[in-house]
Amino acid sequence: MTLPPTPSQTIGPFFAVGLIWVDGPDVVPEGTPGAVRIGGRVLDGAGDPVPDALVETWQADPVGCFAHPDDPRGPAGGSGGPPEWSPGRSTSEFRGFGRSATDAEGRWAVRTRKPGALPAPDGGTEAPHLDVSVFARGLLGRVVTRIYFPDEAEANAADPVLCSIADPEARARLVAVPEGDGLRFDIHLQGERETPFLAI
Amino acid sequence: MSEVVPGYRREGPGTHPPLDWPAYRSTALRAPHRPLVPLPHRLTEVTGPLLGEGQVGERDHDLTVQHGGEPLGERIVVAGRVLDEGGRPVPGTLVEIWQANAAGRYRHDGDRHPAPLDPNFSGAGRCLTDREGRWRFVTVKPGAYPWKNHPNAWRPAHIHFSLFGRAFAQRLITQMYFPGDPLFPFDPILGSVPEAARDRLVSRLDMDLTTPEWALGYRWDIVLRGREATPLDDEEDEP
Repeated sequence: MTLPPTPSQTIGPFFAVGLIWVDGPDVVPEGTPGAVRIGGRVLDGAGDPVPDALVETWQADPVGCFAHPDDPRGPAGGSGGPPEWSPGRSTSEFRGFGRSATDAEGRWAVRTRKPGALPAPDGGTEAPHLDVSVFARGLLGRVVTRIYFPDEAEANAADPVLCSIADPEARARLVAVPEGDGLRFDIHLQGERETPFLAI
Repeated sequence: MSEVVPGYRREGPGTHPPLDWPAYRSTALRAPHRPLVPLPHRLTEVTGPLLGEGQVGERDHDLTVQHGGEPLGERIVVAGRVLDEGGRPVPGTLVEIWQANAAGRYRHDGDRHPAPLDPNFSGAGRCLTDREGRWRFVTVKPGAYPWKNHPNAWRPAHIHFSLFGRAFAQRLITQMYFPGDPLFPFDPILGSVPEAARDRLVSRLDMDLTTPEWALGYRWDIVLRGREATPLDDEEDEP
């Protein structure tokens, strides 16, 4: 049996009616040791802020596991994590998912912990990353990108997705930039500095 | 090796709207122009947030009981299933909806349509699908409303739906429409969907779901991507 998949539609300008969660940006709770703020702006092809976008993130926990039955390596927070990251906390407080609507200046942000690296099926390794969905008025479907980490130059250089992007400038746009205590990642929907988007 | 997990099927070109769709003016500065970078479905993509367990309230699915009184408008029941392309139910997945009130007005500061707000209607609901993938909402039928896309532009009545499925690769945000709406031919947002796929967004009146002396029922099934049979099939269905 094959059913035809349901088409996507724009999130529209009024999604805040239904999709705002008070703890949306909290991938980890406030006060979590090692938490990092990752955020930036969503900008359109004219360089203007997009004040009606929704940014969602999904990622592994700090030991590189997912609290999900399709992670074949078992439950998140298994073994070998940083000492401050207890297995109990890993499953109970690490949601892995963040959701942030942009403000009037197009700013979004989540509070999370840096994920661990992931094994790739060909024996390689995926560098630590967040998968990102962007929805907005004017986007008829989601666009997807990834955020990589600036302190992982070696792992990034070996990451299969980054390596598949030929243009080094475009590749660099998927790596967050240190800013204050956190990391900055701007999303350019269009234009000279268009963010590389990924075919999910 | 153990990290090899089947990916998800990739829809062909006949399913989703193109991002660049001039008839919907807001796409002009927002649709990306560069070719997409292929993303293999690996651990991050085949997993996803499993949200809402224990957090969805008993009345969250009923948009008519969230305030002191009943909202004005035509009470309706909207229900269906979340399935994958293989026809398998997607259980325990969070479904979020939002909509305009019966007068065609959203409870949102940005909505300037001079139609009345309803103090008894917020227009947001959520539920988790059951083991058979079933979901159900009670609400009022949203009104059509004008927008500024082009002169005399009106959106057909619709309810926004947000779906997670079981994996990042299955995430979907879409809109459900009502059967026979005469505004369909004039709406560039529904019209952005390839013609053969448009009716997948239109619910149907269901007399079995319709409750006598109480509410009309509309049925709509949502189909998310299915799994590839084996990892070796990953590349075969790409458009």
